[in-house]
Amino acid sequence: MTETLGSTSADTATTTTTTTEAHDDEPFLVVEDLTVKFPTHDGLVHAVSDLTYSVKLGDTLGIVGESGSGKSVSSMAVLGLHDMRSTRMTGSIRVNGDEIIGTKNDDMRKIRGNEVAMIFQDPLSSMHPFFRIGDQLIEAYRIHNRGASKKQARARALDMLDKVGIPQPSRRIDDYPHQFSGGMRQRAMIAMALINDPRLLIADEPTTALDVTVQAQILDLIQELQREFGSAVIMITHDLGVIAEIADETLVMYAGRCVEKGPTKEVLTHPVMPYTWGLLGSIADVTSDTSKPLIPIPGTPPSLLQPPSGCAFHPRCTFTDRVEGDRCTTELPDLVPGPQGASHLKRCHLEDPESIYEVELKEVVFG
Amino acid sequence: MIGYVVRRLMQGLLVLFVISVATFALFFYGPSDPAKAMCPESRCTPARLEAIRTNLQLGRPALTQYTEYMTGIFTGRTIGTGPAAQKCPAPCFGYSFKFSVPVWGYLKSRFPATLSIAFGSAVIFLLVGVAVGVVAARNRGRPIDRLTVGSTLVLSAVPFYIVLLLAFLIAQQQWKLFPTPQYISPFQSPVGWFKGMLLAWIVYGIYNATAYARYSRGSMIESLSEDYVRTARAKGLSERSVTLKHALRSAIAPVLTIFGLDVGFLLAGSFFVEYILSIQGIGLASLSAITTSDLPLIQATVLIGAAFIVFGNIVTDVLYSVVDPRVRLG
Repeated sequence: MTETLGSTSADTATTTTTTTEAHDDEPFLVVEDLTVKFPTHDGLVHAVSDLTYSVKLGDTLGIVGESGSGKSVSSMAVLGLHDMRSTRMTGSIRVNGDEIIGTKNDDMRKIRGNEVAMIFQDPLSSMHPFFRIGDQLIEAYRIHNRGASKKQARARALDMLDKVGIPQPSRRIDDYPHQFSGGMRQRAMIAMALINDPRLLIADEPTTALDVTVQAQILDLIQELQREFGSAVIMITHDLGVIAEIADETLVMYAGRCVEKGPTKEVLTHPVMPYTWGLLGSIADVTSDTSKPLIPIPGTPPSLLQPPSGCAFHPRCTFTDRVEGDRCTTELPDLVPGPQGASHLKRCHLEDPESIYEVELKEVVFG
Repeated sequence: MIGYVVRRLMQGLLVLFVISVATFALFFYGPSDPAKAMCPESRCTPARLEAIRTNLQLGRPALTQYTEYMTGIFTGRTIGTGPAAQKCPAPCFGYSFKFSVPVWGYLKSRFPATLSIAFGSAVIFLLVGVAVGVVAARNRGRPIDRLTVGSTLVLSAVPFYIVLLLAFLIAQQQWKLFPTPQYISPFQSPVGWFKGMLLAWIVYGIYNATAYARYSRGSMIESLSEDYVRTARAKGLSERSVTLKHALRSAIAPVLTIFGLDVGFLLAGSFFVEYILSIQGIGLASLSAITTSDLPLIQATVLIGAAFIVFGNIVTDVLYSVVDPRVRLG
């Protein structure tokens, strides 16, 4: 990592290239068969089951799903942020080739905020209310740059605040978070996450707490910075609009499992799984006929204490009668290539989802 | 900020004014007769009683006497008339019936002992209490947490005077683990002061620490689950910094509020400690004043105690805004 002040994008690019070459056979982040369980008083919570994905430098992976589908849990596992005393984790998470699962907390600290950084949902509650914005940024920088003086760190913090578009950074650097507006706080949060030039940025619903115009600005900012630094980005959201704008690849999660994964354009235009259909059917579109009602997905997300048998989506699925026998309720579908080939995976028993979508849904429901 | 402090001080003065009126009313309309209290029982003749009454001018209207009393606090005054008149320099809280000395001078000589007890035990209960609370919160639900929570509950379920009495009788008198409790001025002998106060500090400090341990445990558990603590962890900070810098900083604020009030109460006199360990402080003075109906002394201890509590309140509120930048005073 470059330790000079105000490192230019050229510097960063060079460093990135060298490190990529060291592990060029494997993507920067590889998650394999990740399973996360939390023992609670009521039983074992199956938060994430058999999750597999990978992200290359420069790419953006979008993870979509309802609240409680395991999106945040799986990404916090990448940073080792779960309390290992109360979490059971199996599988493999490799960051730049190094295994995360089982790594001691002290060793994880070298990765956190340095190689992998995270932006959280609510920037008001995610920044410490008692410390000045600048001091929080300076702290983040100095954890991983022990040699840097306070003055250097402050210059770096100013540089970052400027880069994320905080007006008059030299005046605002000594403000407290509550003196910033929501959008500015999220910018500051992004500045803090990017201060050590991380190569993987995990954004956990970074725009949920913001209003729509600010949302768009923040997404642009993340993309701009990603281009500049060449980092990998994981965008966790429940907003398909965000996915459409930013993600190269999209992973749909339901009840802790990946139910559909593929190139974003494919997933949004040729979804192959009833849950994804449901997600697409339940978003409002300003350009379409306003008399067309939104179609909510019936029922509620399943309990992760006792996930439904078979396919976890079967109690809410309206297509179970299209599958022979009672496979939907008894047999967990594998994650297999869909009709478009190996890049687009689905976890569903439906034989010919494409024709159902094209013929029955696209025209009738989505208009 | 300054405007706020001034306003709070004015409010505090108003509170003290109300208290002074109430205590004076007790003095004036209460069941005990000041003249009788001053008249030695064996030699008290009706004539003598009448002489005291005339001398103190107790027959004058309440308002006149109240004004005189309050003026005396700021300017000093002469009490009584004729040959028996006594000069009472400012701040004059009257003459003690029992000791025949100005109340202020008497209380002033008692104050260092009370201040010493308050200071030492406050340091102990804040430090021990918060440390225990932090350790318990970090290990929430595990044996060490249950042990500390359980033992603080057991200890605080026993009345303080029993704990102190047992500690005094067994640890000090029988086992001689502590030096004899007494007050020696720290300017005279710092070591003697420390030794004499040790038992009071430890017992009072640890007993009060139980409450602080529970407050700070609760407060700490809450702040450890805050999003910004997760952020601190995600930045790569050590668990130590996460706990002591980020989580504790916000957890300590509500604890300080209670601390400010408690210190005010402590300065008003720690009666049990002074009584059981025979340390001559404000608390013991007010107790004996009550048993001997020494009204000027009672009045003064109530007023001064109230002043400490009011002041402790104001200091706490100002301190809170220093700890939490979101709190803007004004």
